Amino acid sequence: MTTDNSGDVRLSGIGKTYGAFTAVHPLDLTVPQGSFFALLGASGCGKTTTLRMIAGLEEPTSGTVHLGDQDVTHLPPYKRPVNTVFQSYALFPHLDIFENVAFGLRRRGLKSVKKQVEDMLDLVQLGEQARKKPHQLSGGQQQRVAVARALINHPKVLLLDEPLGALDLKLRRQMQLELKRIQTEVGITFIHVTHDQEEAMTMADTVAVMNGGRVEQLGAPTDLYENPRTTFVANFLGTSNLIEAEVDTKSGDDIVLKAAGDKLVLPAARCGAPAPAGGKVLVGIRPEKIALAHADDAGGIPEGRNRLTGKIADASFIGVSTQYVIDSPACAELSVYVQNVERDARLVPGADVVLHWSPAHTFGLDAAQAIDAGTGEEVAA
Amino acid sequence: MPVVNWLKRHLVVIAGLFTLAYLLLPNVIVTLFSFNKPKGRFNYQWQQFSLDAWKQPCGVAGMCDSLSISLQIAVWATLGATVLGTMISFALVRYRFRARGAINSLIFLPMAMPEVVMAASLLTLFLNMGAQLGFWTILIAHIMFCLSFVVTAVKARVMSMDPRLEEAARDLYAGPVQTFLRVTLPIAAPGIAAGALLSFALSFDDFIITNFNAGSTVTFPMFVWGSAQRGTPVQINVIGTAMFLLAVVLVLVSMLINNRRNSQKA
Repeated sequence: MTTDNSGDVRLSGIGKTYGAFTAVHPLDLTVPQGSFFALLGASGCGKTTTLRMIAGLEEPTSGTVHLGDQDVTHLPPYKRPVNTVFQSYALFPHLDIFENVAFGLRRRGLKSVKKQVEDMLDLVQLGEQARKKPHQLSGGQQQRVAVARALINHPKVLLLDEPLGALDLKLRRQMQLELKRIQTEVGITFIHVTHDQEEAMTMADTVAVMNGGRVEQLGAPTDLYENPRTTFVANFLGTSNLIEAEVDTKSGDDIVLKAAGDKLVLPAARCGAPAPAGGKVLVGIRPEKIALAHADDAGGIPEGRNRLTGKIADASFIGVSTQYVIDSPACAELSVYVQNVERDARLVPGADVVLHWSPAHTFGLDAAQAIDAGTGEEVAA
Repeated sequence: MPVVNWLKRHLVVIAGLFTLAYLLLPNVIVTLFSFNKPKGRFNYQWQQFSLDAWKQPCGVAGMCDSLSISLQIAVWATLGATVLGTMISFALVRYRFRARGAINSLIFLPMAMPEVVMAASLLTLFLNMGAQLGFWTILIAHIMFCLSFVVTAVKARVMSMDPRLEEAARDLYAGPVQTFLRVTLPIAAPGIAAGALLSFALSFDDFIITNFNAGSTVTFPMFVWGSAQRGTPVQINVIGTAMFLLAVVLVLVSMLINNRRNSQKA
């Protein structure tokens, strides 16, 4: 069996500058055939520009775009086997739904499009709406028309530019599943641009996190979440507690660190920064990996776990879990999520507590970067 | 107070009817007097009902010639102004070039300038160039002042157009020509049509600029004005009524087509 790689997307050294502003720094990226790939980042990080360079709507300043073995860098968009679902859907207002979906087929000179268009409209459950104009449909329906209009051409690659941004939360969840189902069914390479980290993680096989025109980190969602390599990734995907610490000693595969008098152990393999003795490192730990014990029970914590002492500053009960904010000498505001299995009545604001977690869940980051990168308000949008 | 209540409830309708009457009363008079049989040369007083004028619409010497000239000029001026104006609108909205700002404001000058001033300056220009006054000078003048109206109408439409629509067309295998014909033009069409209709109406009834630059050519408005000095033939009312009816029929037909299209879609 030969492996079909005609749907591979290979970007080599591709970059885009507008005058003095660099939208995308030269980057290399390979998206394998049939995968669901997400470009994740805040607005203005260059993800849409990257997508538009693949579509041919933007001419790259440097580098090349390959589809399979074909160099398409200088092909106009109408000659590329790539279709786009636009953020605003961009449905043609003067054509009905049927003609919108048939547009690509007709431009390629196909005469009998009726059967294909009807099948495609059935696939997105809009068979009844064929003769309506786009403005007569709801947002979710318009979104499905946009997907149908692109998919009917059997592109090698489908590009999705924040296609769910305009939908309300419930519809968005539904469409995420729907898109994932369609992608599995048709087996086309999907490249999805989004600023919603949850959307990227639930839908994509591989996520590239972009920031300031560069790819910060690329990997499977679980890998990105468990092993962030930069503070931006650590903060942009979910929440992280980042604690400044000083390297004390190295013992075997572990690095021992000191943070305000407490000793923390970090596996050397999980440290993404050089850690010379006496140097600074940011110690990261996800809020849900931390366990909380009242100071009176500190003796019961097993040996070999990282510990920090602190005082509960705030506790909010949100049903499945309780989210605590804890003041610790090592770090001002540590968040801790505790599942509501057995609630300890003593854990109220003002109580002295010990936080403890497995060293294996700890990650280390270069202390030279901004500790709060990626925590901006745009993340929540 | 049932009367006051009734008035309150129907105030909008009553106001609407009054406005309509205000707008339509002149047309009603024109129509009515097209069936008049005046005693003297002036058609200002109702005498008796007659179909004479309707039976011989071209019965007045020179009138139908002037009508034909006016219609020709209006058609060519509409065509010229619409094509040029549409191109100017796209250039102004889509491209960044030197003097774009200046052109943007200068294009509205014909709308803002008193017509009589423009007419006199145009005449000066034509005379200095040694141009023969007549059909062509009128046409050039009409295209000029119609341009600003076309640009206003089309520019608004092009500006509100989502640039992603054209990108979507290009993404869906439409080359530049196909994109323009299949997406850009149909979406801009209402603006272009509005500009064209406006041009036709403005050109057809323009008097001041035409009068200055016509030489010995006589357009319909010039004919009406000229005859008003010596006596108004009933045929003028006949032509006026016919134009009015034609406009009403056109509007009704377009409304009917729209309604049918919408009811089919729903």
